[in-house]
Amino acid sequence: PPLPVAKPVPMAAALPGPRWLPAAAALLWACCGSAATDGIQDQAEQFFRSGHTNNWAVLVCTSRFWFNYRHVANTLSVYRSVKRLGIPDSHIVLMLADDMACNPRNPKPATVFSHKNMELNVYGDDVEVDYRSYEVTVENFLRVLTGRIPPSTPRSKRLLSDDRSNILIYMTGHGGNGFLKFQDSEEITNVELADAFEQMWQKRRYNELLFIIDTCQGASMYERFYSPNIMALASSQVGEDSLSHQPDLGIGVHLMDRYTFYVLEFLEEIHPASQTNMNDLFQVCPRSLCVSTPGHRTDLFQRDPQNVLITDFFGSVRKVEITTETVALDPNLVGLETRVPNDEMATEPLKYAEQLPVAQIIHQKPKQKDWHPPGGFILGLWALIIMVFFKTYGIKHMKYIF
Amino acid sequence: MAWAVAAVLGLLLLLGSPGGCGGSPGPPRDSLREELLLSPLPSGDIAATFQFRARWDSELHREGVSHYRLFPKALGQLISKYLVRELHLSLTQGFWRTRTWGQPYLQAPAGAELWVWFQDSVTDVDKAWKELSNILSGIFCASLNFIDSTNTVTPTASFKPLGLANVTDHHLLRYAVLPREIVCTENLTPWKKLLPCSSKAGLAVLLKAERLFHTSYHSQAVHIRPICRDASCLSVSWELRQTLTVVFDTFSIGQGKRDWSLFKMFSRTVTEACPLASESKIYVDISSKTQENELLEVTPPPLSVHEASVQGDRRTYAVYDLLSPLLFNVSRSLNVQLKWKRPQDSLDLSTPVLHAQRYVSGYGLQTGEISTLIYNTHPYRAFPVILLETVPWYLRLYVHTLVITTKGKENKPSYIHYQPAQDRRRPHLLEMLIQLPANSVTKITIQFERALLKWTEYTPDPNHGFYVSPSVLSALVPSVLAMKAEDAEKSPLFTSLFPSADGSSYFVRLYTEPLLVNLPTPDFSMPYNVICLTCTVVAVCYGSFYNLLTRTFHVEEPSRGGLAKRLANIIRKVRGVPPL
Repeated sequence: PPLPVAKPVPMAAALPGPRWLPAAAALLWACCGSAATDGIQDQAEQFFRSGHTNNWAVLVCTSRFWFNYRHVANTLSVYRSVKRLGIPDSHIVLMLADDMACNPRNPKPATVFSHKNMELNVYGDDVEVDYRSYEVTVENFLRVLTGRIPPSTPRSKRLLSDDRSNILIYMTGHGGNGFLKFQDSEEITNVELADAFEQMWQKRRYNELLFIIDTCQGASMYERFYSPNIMALASSQVGEDSLSHQPDLGIGVHLMDRYTFYVLEFLEEIHPASQTNMNDLFQVCPRSLCVSTPGHRTDLFQRDPQNVLITDFFGSVRKVEITTETVALDPNLVGLETRVPNDEMATEPLKYAEQLPVAQIIHQKPKQKDWHPPGGFILGLWALIIMVFFKTYGIKHMKYIF
Repeated sequence: MAWAVAAVLGLLLLLGSPGGCGGSPGPPRDSLREELLLSPLPSGDIAATFQFRARWDSELHREGVSHYRLFPKALGQLISKYLVRELHLSLTQGFWRTRTWGQPYLQAPAGAELWVWFQDSVTDVDKAWKELSNILSGIFCASLNFIDSTNTVTPTASFKPLGLANVTDHHLLRYAVLPREIVCTENLTPWKKLLPCSSKAGLAVLLKAERLFHTSYHSQAVHIRPICRDASCLSVSWELRQTLTVVFDTFSIGQGKRDWSLFKMFSRTVTEACPLASESKIYVDISSKTQENELLEVTPPPLSVHEASVQGDRRTYAVYDLLSPLLFNVSRSLNVQLKWKRPQDSLDLSTPVLHAQRYVSGYGLQTGEISTLIYNTHPYRAFPVILLETVPWYLRLYVHTLVITTKGKENKPSYIHYQPAQDRRRPHLLEMLIQLPANSVTKITIQFERALLKWTEYTPDPNHGFYVSPSVLSALVPSVLAMKAEDAEKSPLFTSLFPSADGSSYFVRLYTEPLLVNLPTPDFSMPYNVICLTCTVVAVCYGSFYNLLTRTFHVEEPSRGGLAKRLANIIRKVRGVPPL
């Protein structure tokens, strides 16, 4: 006898009711399902957001002399933006190789301008330069990055980052294919820089690093990086020169470089809560404005630049947790402080030192440091030598002496 | 029952006063005084001196000091950690022209100057000195970490302690000057942050960098020293004095007129005193007003006038007390203005009693001569002066060429201390006590030879030259008027930095100009030139010789035959193959 064969029956014919019901049911299930998976998706997204807890910035200007005013103005504009977006001075290491603001050739002392109508004084009133003038050397720069600093260095000159720090490194000056010139007397090569970053990675001194360079042929400096989590931007490709923006006839020199000028314009629009991402920064200064072609490198970076906020590197956005617990303060703590021990009193009145005690100074004998043998010793020595001479050669010579 | 109550009461009393015998808190243990002194100088410029003094009645070297109120914590911790007895740091841009501006209250040398007296319990003074200068370079954003043994000296007669001292062993003193140091806003910012009111209230609102650095002379200093707590002087208080002196060029800020006002100088006016200050005053020097009647006019009219004999001169000061409520009755802000009624045609240029000048002479890059001229313009009194010179090791001084002449005759110093330099380790130190006769010029000359440095020791801009730090003159200048010793707490701050023993003379410390000397500098582009030249010589000469010696010659037969054969021979010649 033939077995009953279950023939696939179209659902629409089998089920009673309106035709749209299964479709609606399917849609409803999809929505509920997506609501449930939204929570999971959120968690998954946390993986793609940055896991940093603090921000540092190392801003370096490597050029000396008055005609390199624009490099100092470049560095100070990035400093200004970074401070405005929240990174405090204690987390910024600012290295300026020469002093332009109080330079005798500056017609407006204590100012560094970025625009030719002297609109924006990027030097400001609250600047703290950590490494200045002759202290900006390749050795000091590499020591700051790797943390191998002599023990008596003050805190403001150290990069005290940990493995949850996002670091912004900005360098500007004169450069070439594979090197950056420091103060007209030494260079740092791209290989040295890549090795320094690898040292930082191995010592877990950064979580993510953004490297921006504004020099001629700047893209050559990031060619050799091989450590993870580094994103790099440069103002020009190999073989191209970065050009300066405009001179000011009152000051007499070029005020800024084109790339950093447009980056500053871009950063002035950013505020601590903005959601602008790195892709917008890559579009800053196209060839029509910059003449050179800015480049970037993101292959070493784990996240998609679309998801990286500008404030992840330029700002210091802290994640704040609000708690609803109450904390009880002990009201009896006031009395502890009033106990002040008495200072010891001297028995006789102390007095100030005399500023010019002439008599005391004249009679001050300098300490006799060297030991001179007394005169009698020399005489005795010579007498001994003469005695030995006459003993060996005979006493007959004696009578001719005495 | 009574004893139980008494016992309970006693217990309560004991518990209620946890301080024990300390009892109730005493009067405030620290105080702040701020003042601004405006003095028109004989040349027409105007000098403004700010002084902020925080005094702390406490013993800082005690363990467990943790509560800092007006005294800044950064400096307090520094003093206790490095066992510092006195610290004086100054950062200066410009030079005080004593001849045209008169005697300064407190002069500082160009660049950075740091001198420290340590306590006698310090075991290694040099190590403490090095660490102290590093920490200060971080606090003040200055390159003080360049202070090392090549520019540190131990003076033996100058720089006696300015505070209380019972031991003056000069081995505990260190002195260093960095003449190349630049002063800019980044040094002013941390200096302002040490003030209790910062730059938000009181006289410090006038400190705006854009105006303060547009001056002929800018000097900011920090002085820490122990002082007497009261008249009996049985206990010690610590005093932190922050001074800032600027000299404005009135012709550039006043557009040609010599009138000045607070707003024109600082682009700000004063609105209130610092709430933490116990005294906040502005003094204006109106001495010229009394000498010739109605020469100048000060607005708003001062509430009181203070007379003092400062540096041998009787001077009158108009006082504006910011803590008195009468001052801000008329307007909310105070803008002190001074107008000259008629032009000062006969300028009262009273030359200062002591001033000095120093210069380098000679030609070429091998030898030179340093000359110092010291002027004593007092009509009838002679007085001694200590001259301290620190010369870097690369200028090799010849002490046998040291000549001191006064009025044509040789002047032998009463005390000489000379410590020769050690290459790359120690600078020269020359200290002399010279008697200056009345109304005379003393000339001190010494010859030197310039050394050749190693090529790594040159700075990145060697053609600028190398600096020689200013020399220091310390003298007790006799004064015409007898000055009575006033109580340190009542007198204005600008009269009380140098403790004066008697009233017949006042102590003054002057600095000469720094010198700029060119050393024989190699041409740093030479390595590149040498490589180019060597490669050219090698390619042209050696290459030619090599070719001549190793090239072989062979005879070439003339080509016979038709066109095709000739063409083929040409092609074969090109290929390097023997012809057909």
